[in-house]
Amino acid sequence: MDSVDCNIVNQLQEGLPVCARPFDDVAAQLDIPVDELLARLQRLLDDKLLSRFGPMYNAESMGGALSLCAMQVPPDRFDAVAAQVNAFAEVAHNYERDHLLNMWFVIATEHPAQAVAVISDIEQQTGCRVYDMPKQEEFFIGLKLAV
Amino acid sequence: MVLSELDRELIAEIQGGLPLVARPYAAIANRLGMTEETLMARLRELQSDGLIKRMGVVVKHRALGYQANAMVVWDIPDEDVERVGALLAAETCVTLCYQRPRRLPQWPYNLFCMIHGRERNAVLRRLAQIVEFHGLQQLPHSVLFSGRSFKQRGAHYVAREDSLPRSAHG
Repeated sequence: MDSVDCNIVNQLQEGLPVCARPFDDVAAQLDIPVDELLARLQRLLDDKLLSRFGPMYNAESMGGALSLCAMQVPPDRFDAVAAQVNAFAEVAHNYERDHLLNMWFVIATEHPAQAVAVISDIEQQTGCRVYDMPKQEEFFIGLKLAV
Repeated sequence: MVLSELDRELIAEIQGGLPLVARPYAAIANRLGMTEETLMARLRELQSDGLIKRMGVVVKHRALGYQANAMVVWDIPDEDVERVGALLAAETCVTLCYQRPRRLPQWPYNLFCMIHGRERNAVLRRLAQIVEFHGLQQLPHSVLFSGRSFKQRGAHYVAREDSLPRSAHG
């Protein structure tokens, strides 16, 4: 990533306007041609430096459910359990973390009842208890990650 | 707010990402058989109602050199969570800050924030500064760095095509 790429990422973390030619505004602010902006964005996506460019949904407002879940997985079964958990389409991401609760994943479903079912299925398949911790309040984040 | 079938089609159409063309909203509108103006008006409504937070990028922290990803968790008296949550969220290195339920006895923490940094020591130094600056020394906290990342995708909230008609309120 060069400095132009960094500027693009920083600028777009603020969001893209909803107007007919939204990239024109961003390109003008960055002082580059719009074609170059689009080509660079495509390359950042192709190189997997960005995972997605699009809407950030508020799952709860849409009636859906989003929950952070943790499990205590025996170390010798960790990879096998990770494969079981990741096989669920509702599991959005999954991290190993250094704690007794060593597997942390996010479940995103269209309806809260589906989350309950997925958690129960995961517990049944893995034999590990799932501690689910849905958010109760989100605190406003002002500035974004500077790259 | 009630989502119409058209809203659901719209959300399904863009949840994988916006097309990278000069007029992305026109391209989506064309696929959905509506005008660009109508689509933009609806998107603005969805944003002002809070269903869509914004149109933006999802950064892969690790690929961008932010190898150290710490979930810092705090056990804060319930009546003080609002105050401390707001303090932490305002710190530039904090990228997410949520209140979540405790799961006693295994899990005593009720405030979660993410701190990303280029390496672990930098994250720990920054955290120590935050604790010192805001006088949080008395609040138990723990730092959980991430090890391997197994799966990272944007959450999909609306199923496509086949499940659209039946899933509105099912």
